[in-house]
Amino acid sequence: MAEYLLEMQGITKTFPGVKALDNVNLQVEQGEIHALVGENGAGKSTLMNVLSGIYPYGSYEGDILYEGQVCKFANIKDSERKGIVIIHQELALVPEMTIGENMYLGNERGHKMAINWTETYAEADKYLRMVKLSESSKVPVNTIGTGKQQLVEIAKALAKHARLLILDEPTSSLNEEDSRALLDLMLEFKKQGMTMIIISHKLNEVAYVADKITVIRDGKTIETLDNRGAEPISEARIIRGMVGREMTNRFPKRENVAIGSVRLEVENWTVHHPIYPERKVVDDVNLYVREGEVVGIYGLMGAGRTELAMSIFGQSYGTHFSGKLKIDGKVVRQRRSEADAIRHRIAYVTEDRKGNGLVLSQDIMVNTTLANLGAVSKFSILDKDREHEAAMEYQRKLNIKTPSVEQLVGNLSGGNQQKVLLAKWMFAEPDILILDEPTRGIDVGAKYEIYCIINDLAAAGKCVIMISSELPEVLGMSDRIYIMNSGRMIDEMKAEDATQESIMTAIVNAGRGD
Amino acid sequence: MKAADVGNFFKKYTMIIALVVVAVLFFILTGGAILIPQNINNLIAQNGYVFVLGTGMLLCILTGGNIDLSVGSVVCFTGAIGAMLLKGGTNLWLAVIAMMAIGLAVGSFQGFWIAKVHVPAFIATLAGMYVFRGLSNTVLGGYAVDVSNETFLRLFGGGADCYITDFVGTIKIAGQSLNGTCLIIGLVAVLAFVGLSIRRIIVQLKRKIIRKATGDYIRIGLIAAAILWFTWQLALYKGIPTVLIWVGLVLGAYAYVTNKTAMGRYLYAVGGNEKATALSGVNTRTVFFFAYANIGLLAGLAGALNIARFVGAQPTYGQGYEMDAIAACFIGGASAYGGTGKISGVVIGATLMGLINQGMTLVNLSVNYQPVVKGIVLLLAVMFDVLSKRENH
Repeated sequence: MAEYLLEMQGITKTFPGVKALDNVNLQVEQGEIHALVGENGAGKSTLMNVLSGIYPYGSYEGDILYEGQVCKFANIKDSERKGIVIIHQELALVPEMTIGENMYLGNERGHKMAINWTETYAEADKYLRMVKLSESSKVPVNTIGTGKQQLVEIAKALAKHARLLILDEPTSSLNEEDSRALLDLMLEFKKQGMTMIIISHKLNEVAYVADKITVIRDGKTIETLDNRGAEPISEARIIRGMVGREMTNRFPKRENVAIGSVRLEVENWTVHHPIYPERKVVDDVNLYVREGEVVGIYGLMGAGRTELAMSIFGQSYGTHFSGKLKIDGKVVRQRRSEADAIRHRIAYVTEDRKGNGLVLSQDIMVNTTLANLGAVSKFSILDKDREHEAAMEYQRKLNIKTPSVEQLVGNLSGGNQQKVLLAKWMFAEPDILILDEPTRGIDVGAKYEIYCIINDLAAAGKCVIMISSELPEVLGMSDRIYIMNSGRMIDEMKAEDATQESIMTAIVNAGRGD
Repeated sequence: MKAADVGNFFKKYTMIIALVVVAVLFFILTGGAILIPQNINNLIAQNGYVFVLGTGMLLCILTGGNIDLSVGSVVCFTGAIGAMLLKGGTNLWLAVIAMMAIGLAVGSFQGFWIAKVHVPAFIATLAGMYVFRGLSNTVLGGYAVDVSNETFLRLFGGGADCYITDFVGTIKIAGQSLNGTCLIIGLVAVLAFVGLSIRRIIVQLKRKIIRKATGDYIRIGLIAAAILWFTWQLALYKGIPTVLIWVGLVLGAYAYVTNKTAMGRYLYAVGGNEKATALSGVNTRTVFFFAYANIGLLAGLAGALNIARFVGAQPTYGQGYEMDAIAACFIGGASAYGGTGKISGVVIGATLMGLINQGMTLVNLSVNYQPVVKGIVLLLAVMFDVLSKRENH
């Protein structure tokens, strides 16, 4: 029998009214990478919170055995002392502080009343080299990119003498290149004997890196798959465990959608960075969208996709704009105003639904109508009954799972929040919708529903621009694909001609050209 | 009711329950004196400014927990100008309009710095607090100025006879003499409230917006009972104090603004998520400007109420008013981060503060200790609110 570093036995955790975990078992061998997969709300994060002591001993049932001993963690400090370190999905770094200060925050070198900064930075540098970062630990965190910040988080964990590293969605905010680098780093740590648990939605990454995959669904362990065979486990196989059925078709077919005439044209569009105006963020971009067409824009993180989209939407990003924006062949007069863009029937559905999209402290109704209050009011006086009905109509249309539209949006799951965001912009009655990462951080089932909504929009004759970092999604959903890199459009492909390889090759070649 | 329902009930009505508890406490401590008609009347007369300023403050707080520190000074400043104008024999309505216009101008001035130049509200209004305190002194030349215009005093709640004239005459019920006008106005108000509320429920049921309305009927019944009781108490004393009319107008108008207008909606949205609101096509700077210009206008009205109540203006008037207004909002459940809070909360917060003030005076608590008690009540109130909202995490 293999030696287990960690065994979680029969873990049950109940919140008032909900059983979040129901007799969950997890066994992690010394020196393996163990992946934890499941839909949003399946209980992965709850399980990790039990393990790290965020939910202290006594608040759950079952046992945690670490190195064969039963552990009773009262808080995170307890578990960290044992070498169990968790790296959360949202980066927990203070942007203005240096890398070194961040790494030893709460774990200061020297004495609490007299911090030894020489030791701090020397130690920090040592761990930075271990994660293959060449930066000095004396530079502020906000001067390095997100990919590197993620590596700093790992260095920080190593500095705590981690022996079991838990990575919660470590690549969710990284581009493909940085993601790959991170996964390779994990494989190298494994060689050195580190044990890791990775939680991820990105099944290709899981298949690439994990030795074993435990699937959790509705708070229960469904199965543990062994991925050490010659052939990696197929994504379809994992998905079957996650959703309880085989998802033969991840992308719904769009049928009988007639693609019409060109509605939106962007010509020689150039946008400069708002803080560093000498930098071009969007550089001489041309694109067009036709009625009933879904156009995908693919590019790595930092390619300028969001910046392009927001600059088209009422110049809500950037300065020193040049180029032409035409709708139905007519040039749109340029000025900085989101309201203007909405009047021209453009909608921008942000990638950051919590930060830029929704008012979490308000209910579904308020959020649904916010971008088009005029439709439910007369002379600025609201008709609340009409508003209520409108919100209920969209709740039904988009299948938003909620007891009532008076539910606060902050209480909804990610998938349902995304639907509310879509409802808000559909209620604004746009002709042109720019969807920025419309399925980021939501589970497989909700993704499918969002795809169906996109198809419905196209069928209704809307122009859809879909920005995505997920290649399969771009390939599966688009009629036409633009590829962006460093602010420029480097290629345009018909969906039937495009493959993952051809798109990645285009990006790699463009990168070489610089 | 299930246990969870009871929990939700307490969560939703924490502050109303606190209000009842405090009232009962002082009822016992004062041997019932706190709830005699005269004291209920005084509660309104002495705290009118808290309701008016609290309403203005709520709109600022909604935009993101921003407060206006200058209102105390602005109340004093507009009051000083009003007192000088009245002393010079200006028509009382012109004087009142001047006070409100100057208040609006001051508010717009501060709103400009906050909304257009992005000066933090805290700092812009701290500056205003100094500036308008100084200017009040300048206007009054450092002296107290009396107000002798009887009509003005009567209309804005100062002097001995600041009640609505009893056109109807005394009505005797069960051996008690009651102010007829007050009774009739109270009854009409209750009927109008109940009628409109029920009509709205019927419409909503018909349009299938709500499925059952039991809770709503209970709520309407309780509010109607409260208004009736309140009317009865006022009728037993001298009738409706004129301050109540102003307070009622302000509360009604702003309950409408926050509930039923697009601007009201934007106040909540900006406080909840400014970026999302801007991307929804809303000019967020206008929303900030509105909130601060508006509190200036209300400070002008409070200035008029203030010089009427004290029958004159002094350079030191209005000190600490901003804190009373802020406390009323937070006790009433407004979020310190913006985005949530209601006019009804301000009513509860201001009433609770007034009740405590009066209760402490009635039980002869030393004035030295009174602020201590107020401070502790504020802390406890907000603590309960925070805890009751947190427990499900």
